[in-house]
Amino acid sequence: MKIIVPIKQVPESSNVKMDPVTGTVIRAGIETVVNPLDLYALEAALHLKEQYGGTVTAVSMGPPQAMRVLKEAVSMGCDDAALISDRKFGGADTHATSYTLAQGIRAIGGVDIIITGERATDGDTAQVGPGIAAWLDMPLATYVSKIEGVEENRIQVERLVEEGYQILSVPFPCLLSVVKAVAIPRLPTLQGKIRSMELTIPTYTADNMELNVEYLGLKGSPTKVVKIDTPKITRSGKIITANDDLSLTAAVDELMNLLDAKGVLP
Amino acid sequence: MSDVKNAVWTLAEQFDGKLKGVSFELLSRGRTLADKLGTSLVSILIGDGVSDESLNQLILQGADAVYTVQDPKLAYFVCETYERVLEKLIKEYHPAILLAAATSTGRTLMPYTAVKVHTGLTADCTELDIEVGTGNLLQTRPAIGGNIMATIKTPNHRPQLATVRPKSSRPLPADPARKGDIKKIPLDLSLVAQGVEVKGYRKEESGSLHLEEADIVVSGGKGLKKGENFGMIHKLAESLSAAVGASRDAVDRGWISYPHQIGLSGKTISPKVYIAAGISGAIQHLAGIKTSETIVSINIDPDATLHKLADLGIVGDAFQVIPELQKRLDARYGGKHG
Repeated sequence: MKIIVPIKQVPESSNVKMDPVTGTVIRAGIETVVNPLDLYALEAALHLKEQYGGTVTAVSMGPPQAMRVLKEAVSMGCDDAALISDRKFGGADTHATSYTLAQGIRAIGGVDIIITGERATDGDTAQVGPGIAAWLDMPLATYVSKIEGVEENRIQVERLVEEGYQILSVPFPCLLSVVKAVAIPRLPTLQGKIRSMELTIPTYTADNMELNVEYLGLKGSPTKVVKIDTPKITRSGKIITANDDLSLTAAVDELMNLLDAKGVLP
Repeated sequence: MSDVKNAVWTLAEQFDGKLKGVSFELLSRGRTLADKLGTSLVSILIGDGVSDESLNQLILQGADAVYTVQDPKLAYFVCETYERVLEKLIKEYHPAILLAAATSTGRTLMPYTAVKVHTGLTADCTELDIEVGTGNLLQTRPAIGGNIMATIKTPNHRPQLATVRPKSSRPLPADPARKGDIKKIPLDLSLVAQGVEVKGYRKEESGSLHLEEADIVVSGGKGLKKGENFGMIHKLAESLSAAVGASRDAVDRGWISYPHQIGLSGKTISPKVYIAAGISGAIQHLAGIKTSETIVSINIDPDATLHKLADLGIVGDAFQVIPELQKRLDARYGGKHG
């Protein structure tokens, strides 16, 4: 069973700066980490491998520095990794990103299951995983909160949906996006760290992948950023201290008035 | 009139033959856009078992027409099948705009569809408008944990696709004078995806109300000290007809299940009123609640971050404030409400 996990390097802090002209994130000088929600995907993949055998490959599309998050994935236990990196891929929206990643996965070849995180904590779109599935014409199960098991080239999963959980049986090859409930991520091991230092991770570029240049990067992105604003905080910000019976009554009066004013009470 | 190209479409959702509330929220968004563009508004429904009366409700609440493909094979959401049905409709009728709710269905179906029809998609929008002069859809969404608002357009591809955050708009009132066509399109069976099987559904036990669709959400965090204390949160939520939420701390301690988690690794919500008890307001939690209309923070710690972001911050013991609020509600509703 061959499992591929696309991961993203994201800014560590939430103090992210945006380029006001291109509307893309300024990555220079900001410490990056593996997207926290991708750790659940890595764990789900490593757990499946331990149960059923196979390999786990981490892939990341990004600048050369994204090699660092691939090394981290290897130190957690991934068998190998691949970086998808080229200046031509820069400024990509979710359409162009999912295309490039899909072509990278094609180039690696032979995948049975692709597992992604629910979304990246910087872009927050949750569109790249489903987009990869669409480019590769694979069945898609999103919001997977539990993997029931693998049998005869099918995987049974539970999806967290508004009504509860949808139980799906999905044939290989397929793409799953997982939520936090699926697994508790393991930490990198010392042995894994040593292996990640020794492992040569290949880079796929526009030169060694089959690509339609019209779908790449900023030019290949159907969506364009018009502007970026910092939202204004317009909250009234009233603070009441409730430390005795009188002030407690006053505070709850205030809260009841607020609920009445909002017209939300039954 | 309703068959014109360049219409505005909204995707209605159903479960067990009942239309979901988001279907009507999207119509109020779509109505504004269609009126600005001088075009018609069509509600699309893929599913099974939705009555004509329910479909007509879509007309009364804003749609000029309803296109519906219903079949037992469409009773439950399977992405590839729904996508093929939707793609066929798009290629036949050429809408200018298609809006779906940012629900588990919308956020699955729309990115799959966007790739298949080669167009742009903007996720989880909280504001939509039409650009003067070009008629392009302007899509505004929070990103980077709600720290920025990005406005995005899709100038050269059609249709323009967006998912819209549930509860970010209110449905229009029903207008009994409104009339419109309900076009029933039979399912082309060749579109049904082979392979994926829906084995069933399992209900979440506690807190029956969906977090994303509730007008009020009452949440508990680390300040509740132990799992049993969530009892008062559940009780309050029942009296308020509210949904129950939780911080990551509370979920990780096993006090309440993951579907209740709000924040970066949980759900993003926009209720009319959000009441947080014993939640300090970590940046990851704030990311999930920033677009709430009103935020109330109850926390004994005067320095809790959430107090600073709240409309009303009560510096007090949640174990006193919540029971006192409960007492008021019981007095008003005779203690039997819910």
